[in-house]
Amino acid sequence: MSNKLVTAIADMREEEALRLVRKMVAEGTAPVGIMDAAREAMGIVGDRYEKGTYFLPELIMAGEMLGQITQIIKPELAKMPEVKRQGKVLIGTVKGDIHDIGKSIVSFMLDVNGFDVRDLGVDVAPQKFVEAIRDFRPQVIGLSGFLTLAFDAMKDTIEAIKAAGLRDGVKIMIGGGQISEQIKDYAGADAYGRDAMAGVSLAKKWLGK
Amino acid sequence: MAAQLTPDEKQEALFQRWLSPKDGQGNDLKFQSPEAAKLYKERITRIKDAIQMKKQPDRVPVLLAPSFFPVFHSGMTPRDVLYDYDKLQAAFKKFTLEFDADAHIGATAPGSGKVYDILDYKLYSWPGHGVAPEHSYQCNEGEYMKADEYDALIQDPSGYFSNVYLPRVFGALAPLQMLPFLPGILEIYGVGFNFIPFGIPPVQAAYKALMQAGEEALKWAGALGAVSGELASRGYPEFWAGFSKAPFDVIGDTLRGTKGIMLDIYRQPKKLLDALEAFVPLMIKLGLGAAQINGRPIVFMPLHKGADGFLSDEQYEKFYWPTLRKVMLGLIEEGCIPNPAAEGGYNSRLSVIKDLPKGKTLWMFDTTDMAKAKAAMGDTACIMGNVPSTLLNLGTPKEVKEYSKKLIDVAGKGGGFILSNGAFFDQAKPDNIKAVVQAAKEHGAYK
Repeated sequence: MSNKLVTAIADMREEEALRLVRKMVAEGTAPVGIMDAAREAMGIVGDRYEKGTYFLPELIMAGEMLGQITQIIKPELAKMPEVKRQGKVLIGTVKGDIHDIGKSIVSFMLDVNGFDVRDLGVDVAPQKFVEAIRDFRPQVIGLSGFLTLAFDAMKDTIEAIKAAGLRDGVKIMIGGGQISEQIKDYAGADAYGRDAMAGVSLAKKWLGK
Repeated sequence: MAAQLTPDEKQEALFQRWLSPKDGQGNDLKFQSPEAAKLYKERITRIKDAIQMKKQPDRVPVLLAPSFFPVFHSGMTPRDVLYDYDKLQAAFKKFTLEFDADAHIGATAPGSGKVYDILDYKLYSWPGHGVAPEHSYQCNEGEYMKADEYDALIQDPSGYFSNVYLPRVFGALAPLQMLPFLPGILEIYGVGFNFIPFGIPPVQAAYKALMQAGEEALKWAGALGAVSGELASRGYPEFWAGFSKAPFDVIGDTLRGTKGIMLDIYRQPKKLLDALEAFVPLMIKLGLGAAQINGRPIVFMPLHKGADGFLSDEQYEKFYWPTLRKVMLGLIEEGCIPNPAAEGGYNSRLSVIKDLPKGKTLWMFDTTDMAKAKAAMGDTACIMGNVPSTLLNLGTPKEVKEYSKKLIDVAGKGGGFILSNGAFFDQAKPDNIKAVVQAAKEHGAYK
């Protein structure tokens, strides 16, 4: 049944996927098995997004299905073992900018690629990034911004990270609407990623995966 | 009764009205000099020739479409011009006169902060209200329309807006949820009952807010009209008559939100398609109304959620393009020139969107490859845009000029091109903006 679940999620058949999950729970399937199937399906969704057969609707649907499945098996979830993650990425939309979609796609893609992602949300002040670096200890930081005001906000954020003495320990990538290779130099980042896949490749490259 | 005009005749009539501007009293506008009158006509003719593609213009027209750049350039903050219309006028006037492009886009972009305050606008955060005074306004995305409200919207869009949507996005209009169902006022029996809501104190307070907002909006509009009139008298036409939208963006931007509409593609595609169709006549009416009031043909249409990467080809061709095309054809039928602005990239859409009558539309591109756009659209539509925000912000005047010249060579070949920036810009180096205009004037002549 877990194969059926993988296919149902990956092919965007929401009702069938949820029906299968409820059935599996009722029949006593371990939540870890359900989560493994869901994760496998997310991997397929990520692959299809990379290959250009899936787009925003499918990523959002996949996220929705995953959220609902987690809700259904929540009571059992606490008993699950931690999944081993391949590195930590801190991500957020910089101060003054409240655009969420692009950043959330990058978060999603990093997550399905096995990274431990902490998403700080939107309009994140430089100091908040600094505090989160101290607390979360990421190897990679992703700064997102859609507007031209993000150019300076990214620069300010990276300067704050530098001032806190944390710059050497992290790799910083930037991306979003009006961001380009030119802004990378202006803001003092390590790389610019054109899309979510580029973000994943950068994180993988930096972590030697 | 006057004979029915053809679409071409209607378009020509709008161009003629654009070419013969009126003052605030409806009399012929007095130009400040014969030279200004001449320039005004030359500029519109240049734009007209580029769009219609019947003959080459004398040179490539150039347009600058800023958001808050004129404000920063005048040493003001966005908050200043949202609340002080004198400052608003000064900033946009200075911008147009100083940079000297072929047209200007008016001072409408910032809007009136006072109106937003009076109505307690929830849909946006604006300078000094949710975002810093020195930043631009931003949309607060949400599901302002719920997933189960499609039938209500489709059956009665205006009723849905007045009783459901507007009360959600304007705090001061929340009591309008209690408004009566107007089609119930049918005969003498229905009158008494249906007027009860108008006597309820919160509803009356909402109407007072509407009246105040209206008074404030009139002051603001007066300021805009004065800017436009003065700039016209000095030879600078205002580019856009008004705006309209792709039905998919109407629902995806501010009704269901991005997440909502993307889920609806899977969960309730039929209802989504019906709602998109329902917005076709409304969006034609929106653009046409502005064109007729302002006496200009070009209707701006910012495009958002059909960009590369948002939807698959199949989804674009099923959910996005058909109703956008219908809106555009409806506007063309009435003599308007739809001016869709494809924000982000539109490379994967070029072969689809060229399915339009020749010389009736104007496509603004942001990051789309302009050589590809010219190759695909060159026989169909005038294209514009693409000078990047990053280049305007961080490049040198020399780089900007080179980039612009290359655009003129590639996209401007044979006509059908207007040089302009690709995305609305806040920050830029003034000399870089000058370089765009210079490139058109020095390098854009057609022989």
